Amino acid sequence: MTNAREISVEYLARVEGEGSMRVKVVDDQIEDVEFSIFEPPRFFEAFLRGRLHTEAPDITARICGICPVAYQMSSVHAMENAFGVTVGGPLRELRRLLYCGEWIESHALHIYLLHAPDFLGYESGIHMAADHREIVEQGLRLKKSGNSVVGLVGGREIHPINVRVGGFYRVPTKRELEALVPELEWAKDAAAETIRFVGGFTFPDADMDFEFVSLSHPDEYPFNEGRIVSSKGLDLSIAEYNDYFVEEHVKRSNALHSRIRERGAYHVGPLARYALNFEKLTPFAQDVAQEVGLDPVVTNPFKSIVVRAVETLYAVEESLRIIDSYEQPEDPYVAYTAVEGEGHGATEAPRGLLYHRYRVHGDGRIADAQIVPPTAQNQLTIESDLRIVLERHLDLPDDKLSWVLEQSIRNYDPCISCATHFLDLTVERD
Amino acid sequence: MALPTLAVHKFASCDGCQLSLLDLEDELLAVAGVVQIANFMEASREVLPPPYDVTLVEGSITTAHDAERIKQIREETPVLITIGACATAGGIQALRNWKDVDDFTRYVYAHPDYIDTLRTSRPIADYVQVDFELRGCPISKQQLFEVLVAFLQGRRPNIPTYSVCVECKLKGNPCVMVSHGTPCLGPVTQAGCEALCPTYHRGCFGCFGPMESPNTAALADQWGVMGASDRGLVDAFRSFNAWSEAFRTESDRREAAVEIGGVQ
Repeated sequence: MTNAREISVEYLARVEGEGSMRVKVVDDQIEDVEFSIFEPPRFFEAFLRGRLHTEAPDITARICGICPVAYQMSSVHAMENAFGVTVGGPLRELRRLLYCGEWIESHALHIYLLHAPDFLGYESGIHMAADHREIVEQGLRLKKSGNSVVGLVGGREIHPINVRVGGFYRVPTKRELEALVPELEWAKDAAAETIRFVGGFTFPDADMDFEFVSLSHPDEYPFNEGRIVSSKGLDLSIAEYNDYFVEEHVKRSNALHSRIRERGAYHVGPLARYALNFEKLTPFAQDVAQEVGLDPVVTNPFKSIVVRAVETLYAVEESLRIIDSYEQPEDPYVAYTAVEGEGHGATEAPRGLLYHRYRVHGDGRIADAQIVPPTAQNQLTIESDLRIVLERHLDLPDDKLSWVLEQSIRNYDPCISCATHFLDLTVERD
Repeated sequence: MALPTLAVHKFASCDGCQLSLLDLEDELLAVAGVVQIANFMEASREVLPPPYDVTLVEGSITTAHDAERIKQIREETPVLITIGACATAGGIQALRNWKDVDDFTRYVYAHPDYIDTLRTSRPIADYVQVDFELRGCPISKQQLFEVLVAFLQGRRPNIPTYSVCVECKLKGNPCVMVSHGTPCLGPVTQAGCEALCPTYHRGCFGCFGPMESPNTAALADQWGVMGASDRGLVDAFRSFNAWSEAFRTESDRREAAVEIGGVQ
């Protein structure tokens, strides 16, 4: 007699967007594992064609309400790349500051409200607050400190309005930025406490052979600039992205699956950035990471919550550094002339590498757009993790097994709304 | 006494408007103390059975499946509130409504046959009766809080329908059109953002959709005087609230002018 088990979660909770999971096991043999995205497509790349290049940061922000800054940053860098514009000095620093704010709010949201409940056995952060109110309040305040940075530099927290090609519409005064300092000083301690809090969780065993991919910059932990590198030897300029990575359309998903050409799945996000850039973290962030026993390379995806906390601390410290050294620039943006051309931009969204490519006509209108969000790149790795986690936990009853598999998906903080709008593809698969 | 129950549902959207609920950092735990969050997948695994006293809906209808799903959601609640530009006007994805969606699908996907999508992206109110529409791309979290409190107290929400201009005056902003010559949609756009863009030295681009009785034609003419082309006007009215009636009508009128003029 065969013993068939099927676990199906029709609508995954505590992720951004609409996704589902289905696994099938027959006689303790895994028959099928699927992480599917049924979020309806919105066709961003298609309707960007013909729009003015200046609209790209505002329009692509609408791909994601959780990480709009990432879309704004990748799009403006791609346009500036097409036009040969370089944005340096305090404008570059302000972009970094804005991104720090987004990392803090996005990471704090995921750590406290979406992921920690899995480790402590709660259905949600709200349920968790009934027993751990002070901890959840600390998380919400930490999230708010990041949102205050985005609110001031970007104008508002969700879909900021102050980012433009070349810089900003209006730059903050030194005094306005300094008003953020007391709360960020608090956030520095709170972020360190967060590392200690989540570092004490119990983590399911998992040791994956990931190929980590992230930006790498000679002088800094990466946000906006650098080369694309991997833990298995890739080292390429952003403009070479399509030479090394490819997207495929598979039936079960409205998001395209990414893979490294002739190699396969890879991993983007906090674990990848951390493994490839550990020495660029601040000494304090490195110290607290080591204090909780985190190695400079972490291959257990369940520990991503700790790495997210380390990055939160880094982003708080980096914000304080930028504010301290800030001198208000005379002009809020670098003037430029739009010319016909093609540009590439890749920046580090909270969830990982976000690649944009645009071709622009001589009149400044977009001829062609390609956007590759982090969750699309992680899809294959998420499925491969599910398979390994499933194998190790086959002895669990269905409800517990389902929960650990959901938790395994949430290790990636998947943003399904982001993942669902792709590009023109080159490869097909049956 | 049992707490009133709240459900939050998502259709085609970016998640930003439901995130506004979690962005109520100072009020979230207080809200959770007076409302039972009964069905909110982005926040909780737990789903309590319907009915729900108040339901928030984010996103637009873009698939046949979703057109059915919204009917079910409507049956489960006496109060259905739509939040954000997608749910109230079809969102940025409504730009497909002027195009051939098959073309769009072929452009984006290798296997168009895998994709289930309607020809249009339309607001929730085109499919079911809606009790209140909260505008914005994204919504204002303070306005969301006001709407929730109002429905829990059984009163109408106090959400202004006047233009962004009023907010600029209240803030003491110099008019960006008059003093800087910057085109601005503020005179026809509903308030709610606290005149954010003019405060940042930028023209309004219409996140909150048309105000009550907007004079879009007069504003468009004024943009023309300031140097905007008809094509530029089509773009301006066709963004996040493109399918709202007033913006749609004005953009169609200007598009006709582009076609007749044959120039940009």
